[in-house]
Amino acid sequence: MSVLWTLLGMILTIFLLLGIAGFLVFAERRVLALLQNRWGPNRLGPLGVGQALADALKLLTKADFLPSFADPWLYRLAPLLVAFSALAAFAVIPLSPDISWAGDWQIGLLFILALSSLHVYGVFLGGWASGNKFALYGAIRAVAQLVSYELPMGLSLLAIVLLSGSLSLGGMTSAQSLPYILLQPLGFLIFTIAGIAETERLPFDLPEAESELVAGYHTEYGGMPFGFFFLGEYVSLVLTAMLISLLYLGGWHGPWAPGWLWLLGKSALLIFCFFWLRATLPRPRYDQLLHLGWRWLLPLALVNLMGTALVAAGLRWGWL
Amino acid sequence: MSVTSLLFYVFSAVLLLSALLVITARNPVYASLYLVLAFFNAAALFLLLGAEFLGLILILVYVGAVMVLFLFVVMMLDINLARLQEGFLHYLPLGLAVAILGVLELAAVFWTAPLGHIPAPGAVPADADNTRALGELLYTHYLYPFEIAAVILLIAIIAAIALTLRRRPQSKTQDIGRQLAVKVSERLRLVDLRRPRP
Repeated sequence: MSVLWTLLGMILTIFLLLGIAGFLVFAERRVLALLQNRWGPNRLGPLGVGQALADALKLLTKADFLPSFADPWLYRLAPLLVAFSALAAFAVIPLSPDISWAGDWQIGLLFILALSSLHVYGVFLGGWASGNKFALYGAIRAVAQLVSYELPMGLSLLAIVLLSGSLSLGGMTSAQSLPYILLQPLGFLIFTIAGIAETERLPFDLPEAESELVAGYHTEYGGMPFGFFFLGEYVSLVLTAMLISLLYLGGWHGPWAPGWLWLLGKSALLIFCFFWLRATLPRPRYDQLLHLGWRWLLPLALVNLMGTALVAAGLRWGWL
Repeated sequence: MSVTSLLFYVFSAVLLLSALLVITARNPVYASLYLVLAFFNAAALFLLLGAEFLGLILILVYVGAVMVLFLFVVMMLDINLARLQEGFLHYLPLGLAVAILGVLELAAVFWTAPLGHIPAPGAVPADADNTRALGELLYTHYLYPFEIAAVILLIAIIAAIALTLRRRPQSKTQDIGRQLAVKVSERLRLVDLRRPRP
């Protein structure tokens, strides 16, 4: 019976997350409009909230087609992989110390990293199986970008693992008597930049840069298969925001309010900052993007990790 | 049959099948994807054994790094595997010899130490943290082999970079620093056109 309940709960969580992703698409358009001094979608429903529903309906009712030059199996598989990898990661995200589907798995962090490597495959297959040169270019860019930014991301996470002595997200959050952003300001910066790059959002959205590549790796997609790519992007945006608030901003720690509210509030603030960044920053050139990853973030992340390790060793053996 | 052993048979069957498809697939991209599937099933087998750290590291390293780079190269090549496989039967005797040797070695191992004689592992506490256990073992008992492996990897990295690094002086890369540091006198020559030259 408990298996059935868990299954039901997971399905509900998935629908909730998809709903949040759909809402965020609308919220982003409104926030961008606000920052750029225009109105944005404001017709349907109060403040235009109905726009999210209308967009979802449009995606669901569009024709589900298969280009004649595409590889049929992989073309269908790719959007599912992207959506799955983003949604499955939430199994190990704790909402508060005792609310999590995987029950605070010991190596939840590795699980999330493994799923993010599955995400690369979704993007890659989407571009390759479409049989379109723009899609292929998008896939090449995406794979190079994702691989380059995974390294600094993993290294900045290692510093946190070192501090908290745990690989579970719950353990890492509980270990923060003061938020790790104070102990790891450099790590926080690196992780945030790499996180935005991993979700392929502006300013790092070169894999789908519309002025050069039509729509990048999902050029040949339409209807709900495109919707899966789209929702996958927004779900992984939520995932990145929750990870940052869990690992660097103290997660559920906070006065006067229940823990899950703090966590959600911090994540919402971060998501707003991501929208803000999108409205502010221009897109770099592709070689500049890779230079930033390899020449700045990777060495900085290494220095950060070594520094953290030295200080931790010093504290342990009483040199400091 | 318990659920665990059923899962074991499913995963190992898919693992063997995908491993077979790796070498029989016509398309190199498909072949690499079957290899990815094989890795996933191997990781699932690790998870069934309770070695969750090894399972996830297998996915992270092989699926997330090695195979991505592999696919990255394969995707851009237009390899016709059918033509490569023309001389396939040529290698059959050699392949058979290697296979028979492998089977014989395995048989020898099982002959000298039958599976039943391997002592069953002791009871593991429910909250056993095999990440910590592995780390403690690697950094104390196996410290020297571990560090030597790390140094070998470092040498391999440096060698790979040294082999592929080449400077291309004629490439027209934009150097923003140099562009901004340019002075007027370097770019502009003022010529007086009013007076005819003597």
